[in-house]
Amino acid sequence: MQTGDFQFNGATLTACADAALWWAAERVLCVSDLHLGKSERIARRGGTLLPPYDTAETLSRLRDAVQRFDPAVVICLGDSFDDLAAGEALDAEARQALTVMMAGRQWIWIEGNHDPGPVDLGGVHRDEVRHGPLTFRHIAEHDAEPGEISGHWHPKARLSTPRGRVGSSCFVVTPSRVILPAFGAYTGGLSVTHDALAPWIEGETRIILTRAPQHHIPFDRISP
Amino acid sequence: MFDRMTLPSPFSEWFAARGWSPHPHQLALLTAQSRAQLLIAPTGGGKTLAGFLPSLLDLAADPRTGMHTLYVSPLKALAADIRRNLEIPVTEMGLPIRVEDRTGDTRQAARARQRRDPPHILLTTPESLALLLSYEDAPRIFAGLRRVVVDEIHALAESKRGDQLALGLSRLQALCPDLRLTGLSATVENPQALARFLAPETEILHADPGPEPDIAMLRTTASAPWAGQGGRYAAADVMAQIRAHRITLVFINTRAQAELFFRELWSLNEEALPIGLHHGSLSREARERVEAAMAEGRLRAVVCTGSLDLGIDWGDVDLVIQVGAPKNVKRLVQRIGRANHRYNAPSKALLVPANRFEIIECQTALDAVIARDLDGEPRPDGPLDVLCQHILLTACAGPFDADTLYREVRQVGPYAQLSRADFDDCLNYCATGGYALRAYDRYQRLIETDGMWRLRDPRRARALRMNIGTIVATETLKVRWRGGGGRAIGEIEESFAATLLPGDTFLIGGQVVRYEGLKEMTVQVSPDASKTPRIAAFGGTRLAMSTLLAHRVMADLNDPAALRRLPGDVQDWLATQRRISRVPCPDRLLAETFWRGERAHLCLYGFAGRNAHQTLGLLVTKRMEDAGLAPLGFVANDYALLIWGLERVADPAPLLDASGLRDGLEHWLAGNAVMKRTFKIPARVAGLIEQTLPGQRKTGRQATFSTDILYDTLRKYDPGHLMLRITRDEAMRGLVDFDRVEELLSRIGGRIDTVHAPHVTPMAAPLLLEVGRVPIKGEAEARLLDEDIAAVIAEAGLDSV
Repeated sequence: MQTGDFQFNGATLTACADAALWWAAERVLCVSDLHLGKSERIARRGGTLLPPYDTAETLSRLRDAVQRFDPAVVICLGDSFDDLAAGEALDAEARQALTVMMAGRQWIWIEGNHDPGPVDLGGVHRDEVRHGPLTFRHIAEHDAEPGEISGHWHPKARLSTPRGRVGSSCFVVTPSRVILPAFGAYTGGLSVTHDALAPWIEGETRIILTRAPQHHIPFDRISP
Repeated sequence: MFDRMTLPSPFSEWFAARGWSPHPHQLALLTAQSRAQLLIAPTGGGKTLAGFLPSLLDLAADPRTGMHTLYVSPLKALAADIRRNLEIPVTEMGLPIRVEDRTGDTRQAARARQRRDPPHILLTTPESLALLLSYEDAPRIFAGLRRVVVDEIHALAESKRGDQLALGLSRLQALCPDLRLTGLSATVENPQALARFLAPETEILHADPGPEPDIAMLRTTASAPWAGQGGRYAAADVMAQIRAHRITLVFINTRAQAELFFRELWSLNEEALPIGLHHGSLSREARERVEAAMAEGRLRAVVCTGSLDLGIDWGDVDLVIQVGAPKNVKRLVQRIGRANHRYNAPSKALLVPANRFEIIECQTALDAVIARDLDGEPRPDGPLDVLCQHILLTACAGPFDADTLYREVRQVGPYAQLSRADFDDCLNYCATGGYALRAYDRYQRLIETDGMWRLRDPRRARALRMNIGTIVATETLKVRWRGGGGRAIGEIEESFAATLLPGDTFLIGGQVVRYEGLKEMTVQVSPDASKTPRIAAFGGTRLAMSTLLAHRVMADLNDPAALRRLPGDVQDWLATQRRISRVPCPDRLLAETFWRGERAHLCLYGFAGRNAHQTLGLLVTKRMEDAGLAPLGFVANDYALLIWGLERVADPAPLLDASGLRDGLEHWLAGNAVMKRTFKIPARVAGLIEQTLPGQRKTGRQATFSTDILYDTLRKYDPGHLMLRITRDEAMRGLVDFDRVEELLSRIGGRIDTVHAPHVTPMAAPLLLEVGRVPIKGEAEARLLDEDIAAVIAEAGLDSV
């Protein structure tokens, strides 16, 4: 899997093509917006019956990341479950997969807007976590101290190259904060040029596409 | 037998006052005793009046309330046009008949009133009919319905809209057992197949085919270019024809080309003759203005696309010009019929080839028209995604019994062969999603109680109705003047809008506009004085050339008599081709290789149509990559496939081995973008995903995700799923068009002529300028992507990493 390192608030972080963030010095693996149980929630609310394999797919990607890095700490950065009932409704297979991954490491569920409360799956539940120079929370805050790692927006970006347009989900890296792409299988994206993201794009901002995480693209090169 | 004398009053007087006498086929429909009739008449044969005459007579003799006749046409514009035409005899004879149209454009209040109090004659489209049938009160709306008239049934039967209509007819016949069906069709190659489409026992009535059309190639002052699609070189000659005729219809194959050609005509239109533009990307208001002006005879010409292919009755059209190769003989015949919409007058038409190769194709098509040799592909059985939608909509109307519904849908042609197993798969999909992992037992969409299937949550009916239809439109954005509020100028595809940068210019509605930005999901533009816009790349698919026409073109290329009739520059062009290489012939495949710069090119003249060549391109380049031949990309047109890469292909034969290609199709193409693009259609039609409801998009898009993700997930976890089966069937016939790859392989039977040419050949040259180049996504692509991004960053004066 392709990865790219970048410096952020005194830490060396690794952006991965699967949308995970790896902090090697502290052996922290961070993923955001898993949205486990999304297809189930849509069906429960009377929507369409999507292929019910998103939870298995997301957990299989997460297991790959955990096996690759063998982290001491895993931080799920909120919206881990599409809603709290979806968390409760996870099937035995998914629970087993999570239990195996949690064994022997610290597992932190950060609260998100979709899952604002604890679920009975082990690990600890927090609204935010400070670790050394970094603070992990679900939604970026306006008056946050430098060193904030967040998710929520599912950022994606497109770049025009001489041979055509290249687009994918992306990491947004500003001098004071990092916004992670969504890790879940059934997640779309919001363009980083969308007005909703504008308040968080300040200072010299780089975009790291999950399709090519070795490159740090200046924000002003991104196409709308 | 009726004749004019035996038509009852006031009809006989009305016909007499106009100096008309009914055509024999109009009277034949009156006396037909069968439950279903198919009337085949050339364009302008008075089909529509024939279709309505029995209804008018019946309603005049026996006035009543409620719906008597339902008329279904493929076009909204046609429904409105027929209403105008029908109101003339109704008003002039003082008949107690209310005629109304109902389409997606009908205002909400009018629709509600039509449900409460249906008119005697309702004119509508397949989608609006499906919507009416999905209401709980459908039995009341259609109570007393006696006749259904399906206009332009030949056009409807070619698409899923026809399948949806057929299912609607099956429902109507269950609601109204005495219903009589009448289909009206232009000339088709296989009337029996079309008759079966309507009903199992359909009587076929033929009208007199009328005189031979007066059809020729337009003589142009400038020669046709080597490549290109727009035909703009001929604009001055077309303008001269417009001046010399009363009303001219100029057909062009795509919307973008129509915009460009329209603009070119106006730049030459010194007298400011009234010339209009009509295509599917224009706003409804703009289209209606042109239609109304045309109906009133205020226009001298209209530049249009397939949006005006069908029978709006403009009596005074005296010339049809087809710009660009027609690709399909049957469609050409139908377009030609638009000129002189009066019976027994020959239609006059001119063809304008857009490039040098198209001169040959146009000449061949002319011969085929004169020989009345029409093309047609056999109609496949009704697709299952349309059936899924029908099952869900049936549930919206009320509980149903599965056995009864199965019998009901088998009454109509497209589903006559439907197996119970396929029906049950569709029902199961509608109810549970049809997944191998039975995850939704608690949340089924349909539940069965007391032997009847119904919606688990009746509130879902609204969302299901919002998704009616089988045309999966690409998402479009409205275009408006900045700060003007005002009405929309038109619509462009979201994917096109995404390529625009502020300051970019494009053509829409015949004017150059400058892109200013996106505001609340509309494209804001301002007027721009420049004459040369950035290309308007919105809209329109390009049809592949029909098999019949391709075969005739190849035969003509090898027929000295046919070649002698071609213009001198085309003959010279072919002579050069013959000197450097060869001319393709029907039972062999010509493969040319040549270098151009540092790229090795391979050109395969398959004559199998654009889609099949695209597929062949994907499969052959994959095999080239496996063989270390480093392909970089390919491009296809209707005649040939051009591949470029780093290595010259010494022997193309192993790349074209049939079983190898079939393996590639099974194992590799299934994961390809073409299949993903096809998947979107059944996913939408069968309700796996829902159309975004109005107002839902402003919140931003992070909640929605692409259907590609669903396709990949299904392939990985549930490869036998119904949606994948439907996608495969559809792709084989549609975008993948593997049937024609197979036809090509069996036609050449391994006979491949390889020519290593010294440089690009005359016939390959147009491909170098062809749009729609496909880069190869492989090892090379990842490396190039890396370089490209690095180049952009370097250009910004920054180091990568």
